[in-house]
Amino acid sequence: MIYAKDINEHTPWQDLTPGGEIYEPGTARLFNTGSWRTNTPVFHEEACKHCMLCVPFCPDNAIPVRDGKRLDFDYMHCKGCGICEEVCPFPAITMVSGGAVK
Amino acid sequence: MSHRLSGNEAVAYAMKQINPDVMGAFPITPSTEIPEYFAQYVANGEVNTEYVAVESEHSSMSVCIAAQAAGARAVCATSSCGLALMYELLYVAASCRLPITLACVNRALSGPININHDYSDSMGGRDAGWIQIYAENNQEAYDNFIMAMPIGEHPGVRLPVMTCMDGFITSHAVENIELLETDVVRRFIGEYNPEHYLLKKENPLAVGPYDLSPYYMEHKVLQAEAMKVARTRILEVATKFEKISGRSYGLFEEYRMEDAELALVLMGSTAGTAKAAVNKLREDGVKAGLVKIRVFRPFPGEELVRALAGTRAVAVMDKSEGFSGGGGPLFAETRSALYDLKERPYMIDIVYGLGGRDVKVEDIEKVFGRLADIAMTGEIGPLYTHMGQRSKEERA
Repeated sequence: MIYAKDINEHTPWQDLTPGGEIYEPGTARLFNTGSWRTNTPVFHEEACKHCMLCVPFCPDNAIPVRDGKRLDFDYMHCKGCGICEEVCPFPAITMVSGGAVK
Repeated sequence: MSHRLSGNEAVAYAMKQINPDVMGAFPITPSTEIPEYFAQYVANGEVNTEYVAVESEHSSMSVCIAAQAAGARAVCATSSCGLALMYELLYVAASCRLPITLACVNRALSGPININHDYSDSMGGRDAGWIQIYAENNQEAYDNFIMAMPIGEHPGVRLPVMTCMDGFITSHAVENIELLETDVVRRFIGEYNPEHYLLKKENPLAVGPYDLSPYYMEHKVLQAEAMKVARTRILEVATKFEKISGRSYGLFEEYRMEDAELALVLMGSTAGTAKAAVNKLREDGVKAGLVKIRVFRPFPGEELVRALAGTRAVAVMDKSEGFSGGGGPLFAETRSALYDLKERPYMIDIVYGLGGRDVKVEDIEKVFGRLADIAMTGEIGPLYTHMGQRSKEERA
């Protein structure tokens, strides 16, 4: 069985799966879509009350949560849509222009 | 078992014997009878197929794609505009490598609207990545459908198969037919056990993911290689089929080709008419022969070279226009295949029978007459002509 982690842009055709089938779940995690980002959210941890409003609003699951606390953005998957900044009741998220992570 | 069945009933009966898991069903002339007969089998409890009546052919093929991806065996039947409405899904089925079986009852594709036979429908889908097998008569339509699954489902192939028969001429005419016993068919087909399928819970699977330029080309090469494997597999399955049926099939049928100098290349029911013409000409001492293409995808180019190598003049007879401005699709393939031959025969294309225009033994004899002239004079005259239309000019 060929796993997604073993396939990359150097894999010869003989080692790819028929029809591009993927034989495991959750492989989007491996795929860097953060490079599409045009604006970037910045997380201000000191202003965050961990109310968790931003987490379900994020269309890309790019806000990780551990032990009841949100962590910094997952920039490998964040597209910079800015919804998190809109829904945040505190000054804990600000958007900056450009895709680069400061 | 000897019976008398129409081509449609023969294919529906083959489906009953196979007892597929799912049928995506939508009617269109002249294939309507296939889902119609099959609905009776479902209603009578003779099969346990999930019969999904849908609202269009786009949906019937979508049902088949989803079912096959889930791990089921899916079948379908359609014609003409119905096949055209499936066009996108034909590509999806083939590129997802889902071995669906489709009975295509060939009918002219609009317009102007016409319900009778030619190959303009399936020829439009010839680049979709489906295996295409054409029948001359009811017996072949039945046999081809039974061979389709062992061909398409083979792990090295995994491609959908379209078994084609001529609308009305084959689908509606009742002929004598030899049917296999159902248990023999079931053993021949076997269980469908794909390695990966959506309902296999211990192995989550994604089918048809987005495929960007770094990967798409590689997947197309895999698909192209599968089509090459299919050629061998078709012959293996034919050998096994001969053991249970006594009927022998190749990629094409050579009729009186051993010493033939003048030959036709054509498909489907016209072969019966052409065989009668060949026999007649042979009685007159003309070395006439016929190649009836059975498998159009994959195209048996190399094998055709061997079959036609000894001929002096060949007429390809296309029962679909193609509108290339230079001949029909069968001509393009056949002529291209013979390019590598050092001593090539003269070759012309005759487009005939569009929208069900009849072709008679005398018409075929006229084509052989033209070939005889070409072989004698070395002048091919017009490369590509139509036959059977009313015209102010007189030409075979």
